[in-house]
Amino acid sequence: MSYFKPAFRHPAAPTNSLGYHEDDYEGSLSTLCAGCGHDSVSGAIVRACFELSLEPHRIAKISGIGCSSKTPTYFLGNSHGFNSVHGRMPSVATGANLANRDLTYIGVSGDGDTASIGMGQFAHLVRRNLNIVYIVENNGCYGLTKGQDSATSDVGSHSKKGDPNPFESIDLCAVALQLGADFVARSFSGDKEQLVPLIKAAISHPGFAFLDVVSPCVTFNNNQGSTKSYEFVREHMEATGTVDFVPMHQEITTRYEEGASQEVCLHDGSVIHLRKGNNEYNLRDRQAAMGAIEQHKAEGQILTGLLYMDPDSLDLHSVVDTSDRPLNSLTEEELCPSLQALDNINESLR
Amino acid sequence: MGYAEVSLFGDQGKQTVNLMKSIKSLNEFVIKFANVNGTGSASANNMFAKAIFRMGIPVSPKNIFPSNIQGLPTWYEVRVSEKGYLGRRGGVDIVLSVNPQSMPDDVADVLPGGYFIYDSTKPLDLRLVRDDVNYIGIPLTEMCAREYKDPRQRLLFKNVIYIGALAALLDIEFAVLTDLVRSQFKGKEKLIAPNIGALELGHRYVSANFECPLGIRVERRDCVGDSILIDGNAAAALGSIYAGATVAAWYPITPSTSVVDAFERYAKRLRIDPGTGKKNFAIVQAEDELSAMGMVIGASWNGARAFTATSGPGISLMSEFLGLAYFAEVPAVLFDIQRSGPSTGMPTRTQQSDVLAAAYASHGDTKHVLLFPSDPKECFDLAIEAYDLAETLQTPVIVMSDLDLGMNDNMSPPFQWDPSRKYKRGKVLNTEQLDAMERFGRYRDVDGDGICYRTIPGTHPSKGAFFTRGSSRDEWAIYTEDGDKYADNMKRLLLKWETAKNHVPAPELREANHATDIGIIYFGTSAEATHEALDYLANEGIYCDALRIKAFPFCNMVNDFIAEHEQVFVIEQNRDAQMRSLLLIECDAPPGKLLKILEFNGMPITAGKIRSEIKRQLPGPAQVTPLRKKTES
Ligand SMILES: Cc1ncc(C[n+]2csc(CCOP(=O)(O)OP(=O)(O)O)c2C)c(N)n1
Ligand code: SF4
Ligand SMILES: [Mg+2]
Repeated sequence: MSYFKPAFRHPAAPTNSLGYHEDDYEGSLSTLCAGCGHDSVSGAIVRACFELSLEPHRIAKISGIGCSSKTPTYFLGNSHGFNSVHGRMPSVATGANLANRDLTYIGVSGDGDTASIGMGQFAHLVRRNLNIVYIVENNGCYGLTKGQDSATSDVGSHSKKGDPNPFESIDLCAVALQLGADFVARSFSGDKEQLVPLIKAAISHPGFAFLDVVSPCVTFNNNQGSTKSYEFVREHMEATGTVDFVPMHQEITTRYEEGASQEVCLHDGSVIHLRKGNNEYNLRDRQAAMGAIEQHKAEGQILTGLLYMDPDSLDLHSVVDTSDRPLNSLTEEELCPSLQALDNINESLR
Repeated sequence: MGYAEVSLFGDQGKQTVNLMKSIKSLNEFVIKFANVNGTGSASANNMFAKAIFRMGIPVSPKNIFPSNIQGLPTWYEVRVSEKGYLGRRGGVDIVLSVNPQSMPDDVADVLPGGYFIYDSTKPLDLRLVRDDVNYIGIPLTEMCAREYKDPRQRLLFKNVIYIGALAALLDIEFAVLTDLVRSQFKGKEKLIAPNIGALELGHRYVSANFECPLGIRVERRDCVGDSILIDGNAAAALGSIYAGATVAAWYPITPSTSVVDAFERYAKRLRIDPGTGKKNFAIVQAEDELSAMGMVIGASWNGARAFTATSGPGISLMSEFLGLAYFAEVPAVLFDIQRSGPSTGMPTRTQQSDVLAAAYASHGDTKHVLLFPSDPKECFDLAIEAYDLAETLQTPVIVMSDLDLGMNDNMSPPFQWDPSRKYKRGKVLNTEQLDAMERFGRYRDVDGDGICYRTIPGTHPSKGAFFTRGSSRDEWAIYTEDGDKYADNMKRLLLKWETAKNHVPAPELREANHATDIGIIYFGTSAEATHEALDYLANEGIYCDALRIKAFPFCNMVNDFIAEHEQVFVIEQNRDAQMRSLLLIECDAPPGKLLKILEFNGMPITAGKIRSEIKRQLPGPAQVTPLRKKTES
């Protein structure tokens, strides 16, 4: 069965600077359970891309396998997508990015997809600093295979099945920080106000940008006793501060009081404003970020918001010094050496 | 048979090395160097092979090495054959032994009447003295101790000294060796004189102490033409450069590592952007083979030519992804440099034992295009072909080389490139084509050949984007779990497979001079030994038609060949007759008709083995002579 959305648009719907409406960034109708957190993340991606005025066809969305990894069908219908294999989105994205450095890459994964089967690929993707927005839709369970605990499930948390999880959880933000990620953020599918600017900032970041989005599974892990339920997250969420993202060339309209916000300028001219909350620390201090995550965890809280950022990040292409032009655009003339070069090689082998 | 004057200690006046039954041979022999791994013997041994080659005599050197970095025995076996037989012959005429550890085995290896050249600094263990072998002692260690102070130099020059000695013993032109030294140390001129000095030292010593040359010797010929000497892995890498590959992702594994090493070497020379100095290529050492394959698929999906190189264990790990690429119809090029299995098996020994694993890699109904090169020129040509095929057919293509071809210098026709040749990028729609289209359907068989049109991400603002997934989609790439649609797609993939038969390289047929009912099917590195065996058999009145398979899927010619012969021997280097199985599955051949000739001890198959197996398995003398006359044409 395939699902089609009714093609209806309000005549007064606003357009972005490219003349696109927000629904130009939507995908086909979701087949996820009603209320699934993942759908809200899709919505936030749509909003972020619309507001950033990205050309839809210049975005590539790549995922692994899981309910979360299905979502790229439900957003950015005019973008190319690749639903790859379980846990291996990072490698497919790496190859794609190596071939064309000029597209925007959005990788979507689940906590099972990333923290278990794909942990190795995730770790190495972070190390290589691939220019991609990596979103984990984290529900603490394997939705698509019907609710088994995942490796991000907190000790003692229990899903609908009832048995408390006995194993230590993996905090993917902490792992990303430890492995050198230059953009690390955590958010909640239920907090679009926070999520949309974070996605925009992540897209503008020049290297690997990691977003761990707690995204409840209403069917298997939204019960009492679960630390990934809507209720629990709402009650235990603490933010580093409120994030505003001001894209390049756009005037700053909000007035920030002196000392009340941290600013991070990106190379493309965009600015991130972090309005101070109760948990301020220097955003460029990796250790402080680790400490803050640990401390909140110890207190049973979930620290969200932008946790760490270094705008001077050098992505994989800069590190391996590839051509400024996308490799997939190089012509046969540029790639194929001369006959003379081959004759010289032959001669050297005699 | 007894000793003539056998020198055991090598320094009491000039010795005539001559048993009554000494092997006498001009330009036809096998010499084996017994070395210790990690002592720098490789470059000296290469110099030996290259010198013979430069004297116009065909050579085929093979490294026989342990999975070890330093300390274990390693051998270098060189077949010298004016007749041009380049397969492994079996049997050794001369052993050059500088490794006491393996000496008992090395002495035992020498054919009766052969020669055992050894380091006589220490007296030879008398238990190792055979009365049917000529012993030539050269006090290599002692000479080095006298000549050099630095221990590293003592170790390295020992190798050069024995090459100098061999020059005298075998009559190798000394000027050829000195030329080689000069070109080897171009840019490091200081090293030239001491190396030539070491060559002279060895030469002088044996000339003064032994009657030179031996009964086995070389003499300049003109039998190599414009051939080159190179390993298959470097050739495959160079082919990838000429084919326009820009992304290489890999995980180190013997014997495939040198494919990517060579690609990097060539790319740094041939692929640097002249304006910016930046790289028109990217090489990523992945965290494992799964990732390497994922990167190749991602890059190919995005319109770059990409490859990976691996061996059997990597094929196992890449299998899930290979299946995805098959179903999602994403091009991918993979070089499988086969070795003996399993992962902890004999990683440094050769085999052709991934045939089935590669042909049907992955779950679900999958089959993959395989190419079987048999010399470096084919590694180059089939590498280029692999990229064209992968993009034309939108599917993975696996180039099935092996350790023997990949890591040894093989004599080969020179590389050729036709500058007017254009890459075959397959059915890729550009912006204009998309503009002209009403609606793009990624999996619609518009041309009826099973191959659909694809688009590269980022091409067109509103047309051509689609969601790539393995299956569960219709021909518009829209999600569906409709069983009929799934089945239709599977049938189309089969049609594409049929189409592939017209695109892959055809087999090479060698017809016997006489009509015959005996057929031989062979592929890859069994080629040289097979050709040699065919000559021997023909001399004995056993005639065989031979078909060298270059690709899977098999084209009709393979079916016809099997149908036209009463018995068909399938020669391969694995235990389970994997190619035979593949032929049985894909060609509907009666099993009794396909006879096995197998080698699976990790060493390249020999002509002797093929010949004796064919003679053993032929039903009776009556079958040996032709049963029917070939129709003249
Ligand atoms: C190699 C492999 N093993 C197992 C599966 C089955 N499988 C599909 S989705 C999934 C778990 C997905 O969990 P997660 O990534 O957290 O996604 P969610 O559904 O929770 O969003 C598993 C185990 C598979 N597709 N492939
Ligand atoms: S099972 Fe859970 S994760 Fe999957 S769609 Fe339903 S609510 Fe979402
Ligand atoms: Mg999950």
